[in-house]
Amino acid sequence: MSDVVSPNALGSAASHVVAPPVPAGAPLVEVRGLRKEYPIGGGFLGRARATVHAVAGVDLTVRTGETLGIVGESGSGKSTLGRCILRLTEPTAGSVSFGGRDVLALSGRDLRAMRRDMQIVFQDPYASLNPRMRIGAIVAEGIEIHGLARGAAKRARVHELLEKVGLSPEHYDRYPHEFSGGQRQRVGIARALAVGPRFIVADEPVSALDVSIQAQVLNLLRRLQDEMRLAYLFISHDLRVVAHVSHRVAVMYLGKIVEQAPVAELYRNPRHPYTRALLSAVPVPDPRRRPDRIRLGGDVPSPVNPPTGCTFHPRCPYVEDRCRRDVPPLIEGADEHAVACHVFPAPPR
Amino acid sequence: MTLAAPRALDPAMPLLAVRELHTHFETAEGVARAVDGVSFTLRPGRTLGLVGESGCGKSVTALSILRLVSPPGRIVSGAILYKGQDLLGLSERSMRHVRGKEIAMVFQEPMTSLNPVFTIGSQIGEAVRLHQRLGRAATRARVIEALRLVEMPEPERRARSYPHELSGGMRQRAMIAMALACEPNVLIADEPTTALDVTIQAQILELLRGLRERLGMAMLLITHDLGIIAEHADDVAVMYAGRIVEYGSVLDVFERPLHPYTIALMEAVGRLGGDERYLEALPGTVPSLLRLPSGCRFRDRCPCAIDECAKVDPVLEEKAPGHTAACIRV
Repeated sequence: MSDVVSPNALGSAASHVVAPPVPAGAPLVEVRGLRKEYPIGGGFLGRARATVHAVAGVDLTVRTGETLGIVGESGSGKSTLGRCILRLTEPTAGSVSFGGRDVLALSGRDLRAMRRDMQIVFQDPYASLNPRMRIGAIVAEGIEIHGLARGAAKRARVHELLEKVGLSPEHYDRYPHEFSGGQRQRVGIARALAVGPRFIVADEPVSALDVSIQAQVLNLLRRLQDEMRLAYLFISHDLRVVAHVSHRVAVMYLGKIVEQAPVAELYRNPRHPYTRALLSAVPVPDPRRRPDRIRLGGDVPSPVNPPTGCTFHPRCPYVEDRCRRDVPPLIEGADEHAVACHVFPAPPR
Repeated sequence: MTLAAPRALDPAMPLLAVRELHTHFETAEGVARAVDGVSFTLRPGRTLGLVGESGCGKSVTALSILRLVSPPGRIVSGAILYKGQDLLGLSERSMRHVRGKEIAMVFQEPMTSLNPVFTIGSQIGEAVRLHQRLGRAATRARVIEALRLVEMPEPERRARSYPHELSGGMRQRAMIAMALACEPNVLIADEPTTALDVTIQAQILELLRGLRERLGMAMLLITHDLGIIAEHADDVAVMYAGRIVEYGSVLDVFERPLHPYTIALMEAVGRLGGDERYLEALPGTVPSLLRLPSGCRFRDRCPCAIDECAKVDPVLEEKAPGHTAACIRV
């Protein structure tokens, strides 16, 4: 019997059993009305006293070979959104489809098979690698679980993956503590790639790294996307990083997308006052430019009792009566630019 | 005297001068020279930005100024002249009067720097009582005043709050209030906004700028973020592997960066909304302080390195008026 389960099993989308291949630029992941609520208080056997609306109704599409950036501040629900799409957290309501298949309806063997297509890279390269496992075993784990290769073929495959992410096959028998933060994140990426996914959720993948190392890892993610037509959901609080890697960007506030547009459009013509405040708050490395800063008062409100109407209204400098009353829907206008704001709607088509 | 009253300090006179500071860590594998000959000067009403990546020695420099380096770390040599007096020669008892009263520090993570079992008000009050003989009512008034100074919403109520009841931004305001309660002349802010969201970061940095201007303090602002330096510092020192590699006014350094490391850092940040498909990435990583390369510490990663760079350990030299760099290639 051959060591190799399928000669084409790795890196080729065609051999996957669950979802059919999707041409470049076509919708790969479609999320509709996604919600995640956590009951809080009450405790053991007690009745929940309140509900945290971590994700409060999100629609989004990620296309084959593209990066959708998700930006938001802490508590915006961006990480929960990513985890719900992969079903690492079970959503409360809504639908997620991958290549036309309903992800939320899968269970057991089908769900496991689907996980070959959808992988995650975590923020903290120190916490997300098992310190007792050698690098080779960490990267090989997915290959073993999915029965993709054995023995010498498995080892060759891991060597290939290590080289692909800029590490060397000599690193195979080393432990995570022997690596720097940037190298560990490369290991995390190799592990995600090992099963030949088409979609990767990258949750703050460079936030723990120094700027010179951030650039290396971002370039690696870019190169892998170009080579393998990967689709990314790239989650970050850092607008500069998101600008570099994304084709389209969605801005989240209190569990909702408040604005979404192609990257250049969003950064040149931000419409939502929250997006504008966020962009203007980024320090500019140019001492002669004193940015025209929109100062937001106060903190992000609690997702337990979100404000009525537009959840941004208590901090919004342009608030009107209707903002306190009516929830603004996310409406798409010209240039694929969608905004959820009564006062500054999307540009007309 | 109120907190907001400007101090009569001569802006031209150096308030704090660090000279040839060496702080080493003795480990089982050898001596790590975390701070390896660092010199800079702080002046009243001005901010010096200290920028560098993790492990470059910027935080150890800050802790050294307050003599808070704990073993195996040790200040080996150098001088820290505060108003002309060398802090390294003071007794621990005298040093306690300097900390908080003359030189105060704001740390990165307010949650680990505040005591979780005491209210914000009692912690700020403790800092006040340590340095000033004030009655209960006067202390309380000073606490509320300090909280008001940092624009804490509902200061009377917040004084009775515990740290966990406050948001990250409010905790950092409380930390700053504590640092300022005794009217220090020098404020050291070590990554004061790194743990905060970007909109809250903007609030806190504006607050610090306003306070520095009103109180006439000298500030040492430590950060890894070049954007923060450009907006909030007057002068900048770029650190790499325990040394300052470039030093000058913010305008000079950002418009005419000299050291290849400074240039690389600026390129790695890129432009917000820029169109570059790939970023200019520096190869490799920061060298281990236990295994520094010979000659220039940056040469392994430097695009301009020549053979000579392995032989000469470059020192800071004036390359333009008031603008120094440690590189034989510029």
